[in-house]
Amino acid sequence: MQVTLTWLDYLILLTYTCFVVGIGFALRKYMRSSSDFLTSGRSIPTWVTGLAFISANLGALELVGMAASGAKYGILTSHFYWVGAIPAMVFLAVFMMPFYYGSRARSVPEYLKMRFDERVRALNSISFSVMTVFASGISMNALAKLLHLLLGWNYHASLWICSAVVLVYVLKGGLTSAIYTEVLQFFMIVLGFSPVVYLGLKDVGGYSALTGMLKGVAMNPAAFHLRDTATTYSSNAWTSAWQPLLAGPAHNPMGVDWFAMVFGLGFVLSFGYWCTNFLVVQRAMAARNMTAARNTPLVAAVPKMLFPALVILPGMIAVGLMTIPSKGYRIPAPILENAVYAKAMTVVAASADLPAEQAFKDVSAAVGKRMDRAKVAALVRDYAAKPLAPDAFNDRLWNAVAEYDYDGVILSLVKRYCPPGLLGLALTGLLASFMSGMAGNVTAFNTVWTYDLYQAYIAPKKSDDHYMRMGQAATLVGILASIGCAYFARMYNNAMDIIQLVFAFVNAPLFGTFVLGMFWKRTTGTGAFLGLLGGTVASGVVHALTISQGNAPGMKGGYLSVVHTFPSEMAQNFWLAIFAFTVCVGLTVGISLATRRTKSDEELTGLVYSLTPKIKDAGTAWYGRPAFIGTALLAACAVLNVLVW
Amino acid sequence: MGLDIRWPIGLMFSFVGLLMTIYGFVTRNDAEVYRRSLGIDINLIWGVLLLVFGILMLFLASRRRNGGGPPGPK
Repeated sequence: MQVTLTWLDYLILLTYTCFVVGIGFALRKYMRSSSDFLTSGRSIPTWVTGLAFISANLGALELVGMAASGAKYGILTSHFYWVGAIPAMVFLAVFMMPFYYGSRARSVPEYLKMRFDERVRALNSISFSVMTVFASGISMNALAKLLHLLLGWNYHASLWICSAVVLVYVLKGGLTSAIYTEVLQFFMIVLGFSPVVYLGLKDVGGYSALTGMLKGVAMNPAAFHLRDTATTYSSNAWTSAWQPLLAGPAHNPMGVDWFAMVFGLGFVLSFGYWCTNFLVVQRAMAARNMTAARNTPLVAAVPKMLFPALVILPGMIAVGLMTIPSKGYRIPAPILENAVYAKAMTVVAASADLPAEQAFKDVSAAVGKRMDRAKVAALVRDYAAKPLAPDAFNDRLWNAVAEYDYDGVILSLVKRYCPPGLLGLALTGLLASFMSGMAGNVTAFNTVWTYDLYQAYIAPKKSDDHYMRMGQAATLVGILASIGCAYFARMYNNAMDIIQLVFAFVNAPLFGTFVLGMFWKRTTGTGAFLGLLGGTVASGVVHALTISQGNAPGMKGGYLSVVHTFPSEMAQNFWLAIFAFTVCVGLTVGISLATRRTKSDEELTGLVYSLTPKIKDAGTAWYGRPAFIGTALLAACAVLNVLVW
Repeated sequence: MGLDIRWPIGLMFSFVGLLMTIYGFVTRNDAEVYRRSLGIDINLIWGVLLLVFGILMLFLASRRRNGGGPPGPK
């Protein structure tokens, strides 16, 4: 799995690092107040906030994960973009941004305080700040692991050095630094990865050749160890986005029905993420005026719509490559421990005289993974003829594993196609997205901590200088806490999964609270608070009572009792979100009607749709108005869907 | 904010593009280096493209300093 970097690759990496640190220092002199540091003083042009908006979302884990899904599910993955992002981004721009930006709230939790009360703000800001720290910790752990595996760098050194770089530029230039480096990262990823996609596509013989190969795969995925032997799909399962979905959960590789996809992902999860997550919304709030703020998600939607070609296509190319034996490519197998190799070697040595079936069983048991029958037999035969050296043996054994580490897809392609030079560019893009992921989380964390927790509950009415220093201290603490979480993630993988699960419960109902708060003036603070809590609890309860096919009751659900079995984990996630949202909306409406309003119409002006004067875009040409751009984007998105129907 | 982001973007990609172009030019006949990229001298091609992109960014940034055009949509 390891690659060797040349001086040129290191030079490109070093250049990028120097530039991001340089940006931090160049911005230092503009950091005069806490609002410069934490909210960029609302002064950044649209195209910059727009690209930062999309970059904050395009973390390295997304890059890795989407290529993995591209291999596992094919073009169906693009629903995460065209159904699960674009409509929500347009909605944020046209309908919600006026309240976020117009209320002059400095953060999403602060908006909640203005609209509802302190309880809702506290609930949201605490869960959000804990979540950002964990998110950046998880991603930094993945980065350090990757650098260790791929380049042989020391785990601790990688973790601390990358964090130190982020610390320097965020501490010097605050949110502006983070936004600027996100723009740099955007270009780095697009320009670093598109040649890899181009070379991959050329290697498999173009897109139409690729769809031909994937049709064969869909009808017999077991031939490539992509599914169990019993599973088969119609030929378009990997190559059309809607037909397999409409045919039902048994007919598409995701195992999802169209309703869960459209309502669960496309409405609840997607709107919940794009419209309420301060990490992305913060970028739009940093824009220089209302039109710029509203256009930010729209600018971001353009690259977002085209990203499937950059991030999903590589996964499909990887599967296509596997169908051409002469290419000698396979999606990498999971990493095996050294002890496993040693154990397997003794088993292989002892298997020489056993019947083939017994030998296969023994070796599979020793490795603890599904193995390829023919490759194991060949290995046993060759080993009996002449014992292999450990390196050669390990290589052959690893190759005989019939399971895939899908997260390794993108890197295996980078390694396969990039000569020195381009390799440095692609790896820098990856590293950049890890670091700016941390920077994005930390800048969201320090704002919420300083304004929504520290200023609100711990030390109100201090000088601005005081909050500026607190913001800087929070940056340092946020990064140290992220490093702590990275180590935690490294040690307790399971604990990490539980934490992420809890956050999924917390996030699922959030959009219900926002949409009622913004569009129904009768919503009360008590209703919102209890609705949000109720939605979270509902999500947890449904999870405890349901399970997805192929999983045992436990971490993956069903630990109380199994009332319903979903066809796949993804379907389970989507339905959980649907339940959480429905319960949150139901409770919020019910309790709001039963409680007295605490805020008058005047207090809610600028915070609720019906009480806010409509924005007149008269000063803007018709083609520059958010409503027009948004409609055009939705139309373009529909066209893309039809193209891969 | 006082710093126009197009300066650092332009400078960085011009520099990286130049590096890749020079390296790609020097190694253009070295089949071994480009075995991975299907025999295409991708460094030369992509280096030139990055260089053009970088220079374009620098051009846009400098035009604004001279009072030429607006810095993107207001």
